[in-house]
Amino acid sequence: MKTTLHNGSFKENLLSLYEGNEEYIARNDSAYSSTIRSKGFVHFQNLNLPDRKNELWKNTDLSEVLKNDYIKYLNRAETGQDLNFMFTCEIHNFKTDQVSFLNGWHIKAGSSLPDLPAGVIICSISEAFRFYPDLAEKHYGRYAEAGKDIFLAMNTAFTQDGLFVYVPDNIILEKPVQMISIINHNENLLIQNRNLVILGKNSRMTLVMCDDSTNQQASFNNSVTEVFLDEGSHFEHYKLQNLNNSSTLLNSTWFYQEAGSRLDTYAITLNGGLIRNYSNVKLNGSGADAHINGLYLVDRKQHVDNRVFVEHAVADCTSKELFKGILDDEASAVFNGHVLVKKDAQRTNAYQQNRNILLTDKATVNTRPFLEIYADDVKCSHGATVGQLDSEALFYLRSRGICMASARLLLMYAFAAEVISGMTLQALKDRIDEMIRQRLRGELHICQTCVLHCANQDKEIHFDIDMSKI
Amino acid sequence: MNFELNIMLLQLKELHVSIKGKEIIHGLNLEVKAGEVHAIMGPNGTGKSTLALAIAGKEGYEITAGEVIFNGLVINEMPPEERARLGIFLGFQYPVEIPGVSLTNFMRTAINEVREYRGLPPMPAGEFLKMMEEKKQLVEIQSKLTNRSVNEGFSGGEKKKNEIFQMAMLEPMLAVLDETDSGLDIDALKIVANGVNMLRRPDNATIVITHYQRLLTYIVPDFVHVIYNGKIVRSGGKELALELEEKGYDWIKKELNV
Repeated sequence: MKTTLHNGSFKENLLSLYEGNEEYIARNDSAYSSTIRSKGFVHFQNLNLPDRKNELWKNTDLSEVLKNDYIKYLNRAETGQDLNFMFTCEIHNFKTDQVSFLNGWHIKAGSSLPDLPAGVIICSISEAFRFYPDLAEKHYGRYAEAGKDIFLAMNTAFTQDGLFVYVPDNIILEKPVQMISIINHNENLLIQNRNLVILGKNSRMTLVMCDDSTNQQASFNNSVTEVFLDEGSHFEHYKLQNLNNSSTLLNSTWFYQEAGSRLDTYAITLNGGLIRNYSNVKLNGSGADAHINGLYLVDRKQHVDNRVFVEHAVADCTSKELFKGILDDEASAVFNGHVLVKKDAQRTNAYQQNRNILLTDKATVNTRPFLEIYADDVKCSHGATVGQLDSEALFYLRSRGICMASARLLLMYAFAAEVISGMTLQALKDRIDEMIRQRLRGELHICQTCVLHCANQDKEIHFDIDMSKI
Repeated sequence: MNFELNIMLLQLKELHVSIKGKEIIHGLNLEVKAGEVHAIMGPNGTGKSTLALAIAGKEGYEITAGEVIFNGLVINEMPPEERARLGIFLGFQYPVEIPGVSLTNFMRTAINEVREYRGLPPMPAGEFLKMMEEKKQLVEIQSKLTNRSVNEGFSGGEKKKNEIFQMAMLEPMLAVLDETDSGLDIDALKIVANGVNMLRRPDNATIVITHYQRLLTYIVPDFVHVIYNGKIVRSGGKELALELEEKGYDWIKKELNV
């Protein structure tokens, strides 16, 4: 079942799609999730698609990408395709538990989850509502505030699939979990995954989310992730985005941190048409520590928007933001960092850094680090820089015989590498390092990093999924 | 390797250099042959560093008249990397910190690009590391420094030793050392001078730019030139440096009736 969302009536088409098919959309819902969905729909009805008068969207213009028609499927779309598919990650020495999503739907074929520690649950969100309703209902829709954000509301109303992860108290998940989302379709898809990650007390896990495209088809991905970090837990989170130039990816991640928990999150944007990463962090227990990092290497007319909102609700928490970007050609970037330190959040440490290198006159950055402080005993700082490559350093390198191109590459790489220097997973770090080098050399094709082995762009990709197992 | 002794390495002919339209060097002449050490001395702000950077080819140091000839080739318009590949080395007065680029990676890139220019294959990793070890000893550079970012957090002495280390790695035909002695204590000065002396060969040459005579006790020059107002106003042997030390630069100024 599918509907075309036409240029100019994107929202209207979605409204009528929902009204005509509410039961079908919600066919796998529990009573609880159905309530959340209905509320989400009401918010979606009441909110307007953002235009540039909206302060939070001032420098990210959606009007161009909404000129496309998009297709919204209410069931799995790949039936009838010639399927010949391999979800094998090419990161060497990188052993992960893999969960695969194709065109927004969880597929068993590419997933591999052997020998999870006792009590750990990794499945699709719809399975979670069916088999672990207590867990899912305790957290789903509790951290993301659908009332203010139309894309969150839209996701809440329409989502039908996504990743669910639960790590019980005191369990350390040694192997990272990798969520691979691939869009491969011959229509412009609208995809809306909803993910939920729950970390028990003193537990630890790593989640790698890879967003890849395999062709040049336009797409609109509006995904939402909620993460609950219970006391003393540690969540490492990597988003690797390598999408084609016609793709739009809006994603928001809502972290809720209890006392003594630690978050490390990285948004690594290597390619994409229009990408918006929104991280919302609530530090709700004393000693919670959040490290929010981003790196964007964009060129042509690519646009990347990183928005971060950190709420220091209680005392003695730390948040550290480091976002760096290199922009070539006519690429554009936005950084919107907002730290709110509430009245009782004494002894808060909050740092924001956004640094950019513009390689051309036509590349643009709009950066706005912003602190809103109501406590009086805090250490907060923010800084933003926009500049070119350091000409003194360039001359120093060239004076040793290094050509201009290599000297620029060395400096750009050095600039970018600071963001990944804190990564603990060596195999992943090496791989991201290599991807950054390739990207800076202009050798990184969207196909190259994705899990499909299609080095040749012109080669037709075949899928081979046993539909009976889905 | 066959080389001709006393080959002319560098000729500056009536050189005029401007920075942002302002002329700093006003018609300077100098000849440096293989096997020689030249010292260029002079008060601050007379064009010593400008001369060094113009020879190295820094952008913004515009040669408005005259010629820089290296090994018979006019290099006025040549980009800095090509000059380096031909064998010109500049020891920086203020070595630049480059966060995120390790000294090892920097040197490997430099050596391999120079080799590529000369039609040689990249240096095998083992050979490169062995060379690094040897050259580090030459200037008593600590091993850990080579894994750190270039010059980042280095002391003043370490930065200058690092310049000589890079010179040792790149084996230039002409080294221009700009105020290499500034900011060095006597121990570091001896190490740096010793490094330079060890690298002296009959087929290469060194230009030492300095404000003080002190360095020239350790690196003994064949010729001393005094630069003033963008011109060489006196040339002589090593004794000229001693005379300058004794009488001060005012002596030169008086003689020139400034």
